[in-house]
Amino acid sequence: MSRVDFCGVSVTYGEFVAVEPYTDTVAPGEWVAMLGPNGAGKSSLLRAVGGLVGFAGGIDVDGAALAAMSARDRARRVAMVPQEPMIPGDMRVDDYVLLGRWPYVGRFGIESSGDRDVVDRVLERLGLTALRARVLGELSGGERQRVVLARALAQDTAVLLLDEPTSALDIGHQQQALELVAELRRDERLTVISAMHDLTLAGLYADRLVLLDEGRLVASGSARDVLTAERIGEVYDVCVSVERGSNGGVVVIPQRGFPVP
Amino acid sequence: MRAERATAAGRLAVRHPARWFVGGALAVGLVIVVGVSIGPAGPPAWRVPLALLDRLPLISIDSGVSRAEWNIVWQIRMPRVLLGALVGGMLSAAGASYQGVFRNPLVDPYLLGAAAGAGLGATLAFTVARQATAGWPVDPVPIIAFCAAILTVTVTYLVGGAFGPATGSGPTLVLAGVAVVAFATAVQTWLLQRNVDVVREVYSWILGRLSSATWSDVGLVIPYVAVSAVVLVLLRRPLDVLRVGDDEATTLGMSVARTRLVIVIAATLGTAAVVSVSGLIGFVGLIIPHAVRMVIGASYRMVVPMSLFVGACFLILADIPGRTVQGGAETPIGVVTAFLGAPFFVYLLRRQQVRR
Repeated sequence: MSRVDFCGVSVTYGEFVAVEPYTDTVAPGEWVAMLGPNGAGKSSLLRAVGGLVGFAGGIDVDGAALAAMSARDRARRVAMVPQEPMIPGDMRVDDYVLLGRWPYVGRFGIESSGDRDVVDRVLERLGLTALRARVLGELSGGERQRVVLARALAQDTAVLLLDEPTSALDIGHQQQALELVAELRRDERLTVISAMHDLTLAGLYADRLVLLDEGRLVASGSARDVLTAERIGEVYDVCVSVERGSNGGVVVIPQRGFPVP
Repeated sequence: MRAERATAAGRLAVRHPARWFVGGALAVGLVIVVGVSIGPAGPPAWRVPLALLDRLPLISIDSGVSRAEWNIVWQIRMPRVLLGALVGGMLSAAGASYQGVFRNPLVDPYLLGAAAGAGLGATLAFTVARQATAGWPVDPVPIIAFCAAILTVTVTYLVGGAFGPATGSGPTLVLAGVAVVAFATAVQTWLLQRNVDVVREVYSWILGRLSSATWSDVGLVIPYVAVSAVVLVLLRRPLDVLRVGDDEATTLGMSVARTRLVIVIAATLGTAAVVSVSGLIGFVGLIIPHAVRMVIGASYRMVVPMSLFVGACFLILADIPGRTVQGGAETPIGVVTAFLGAPFFVYLLRRQQVRR
């Protein structure tokens, strides 16, 4: 399990400030969900951890600064499931999952039998063994999501970043995917940081919610603390009611009466 | 049905790439023998393999090939066939690598200006540089073409890097290539227009030919092709990683810009070398990688080496009608490659559609 420290992390694109200095510590094994409307900066924060955008300030994984690491070292600590993964339709499932071994393969990318064993184990773990020789283009959306997760898992990192992992899935597959992540987190002792749109699901699965708006931290804490009708209304410009579910979760229910601007 | 086949396919390594590579190399050897056996003048075709065997150490066969006939085989046909193999293999492997590096199926090895640069270089050699190079002990055309090709691709890279969001980003480079190629072609056209007397020479060079191949041509390109092919074959795995996009390749731990640069340098070096001796043989670098993909799948670990072999075989075979049809008057090899390649490609496309 790994700890992730954000120390005054800001992300800018030219003049535009996507994330204002953000300081936080994600505890080992914690699942933190980043929430906020489109453009709030949650994806930018994830991309900074994933090494895809430059940032000011410091991000440490177990005390080691990401900025000082080679791409290969970083990829051994942090895996990322992108929002819209680029899926080469004619690539085989096992070849695709094998890409997750890239940070470990030898010179010229020659993988060892150990790398193939990891792929076998991950495919088995995610119930993908029967699909391994299929090509990605033949898979359903839910299967595809699992395959992308499998690739990230094959990276064998302690930190997993999920950028809106369920945005392309129906409600059933959303739940399956999140259950799977929850299980994997427990079994593989992962620290998970995810950007999410569905507030109710985020509250159901994550240990802690971080609400961002226009690059600024609005609130951080448990679902019950963060997800209040008033705050959601302010940040998202929306009309909702928030109720306590029977399982102790927080349910965010959209209401009619949205003030048309 | 599908699932059963999937289980049967089993582990990743059970696809025997090594067997394919050995088969490919053997096929190239066989096609080379066929290539040197066929021709308008010289000994009967069936005697040539015997004569080749006779030349091997410890083997002595009476092939019935006279010394003069052997000279035709060894001094005229062999360099031509070998050059065909080098050019075809190089263009195809470079084409496959370029397609991978830019994630664009329509890309060929001439994309970043290797061909346009070589064409401009050759035109310079035939026009303004003709006086200056008159005393050179070697043919100046390939040398100038080679330098111009390398220079042009370098300019493309600098332009693409200067204006791209990040140095060496894919789409920006491709667009920079378009601009640089247009510029080089414009200069070439302008030069030709002012020197109409050399138009014929330049065009015959541009259309591509293996006909004048000598052993020195073969010796000239072999080092470049060898280095380039070895690098491209060794770097075929990163091409598979690049298929998921620059961002995801980065999160997988790859230095994308550096990988792209190394592959482009290797592919360009080989392409510039073969183009400078053979002229612009079109179609091969675009079509062969696709043909290979359609048969053995899209993984670059297979596509790059197999393109090398298939491209070599293809160009040797495509050159045979060029020098036998129409008696003495030769058809430019670039015409033959398109003439044979286009229908073959349509056939492959159709076959793939039917299978789906």
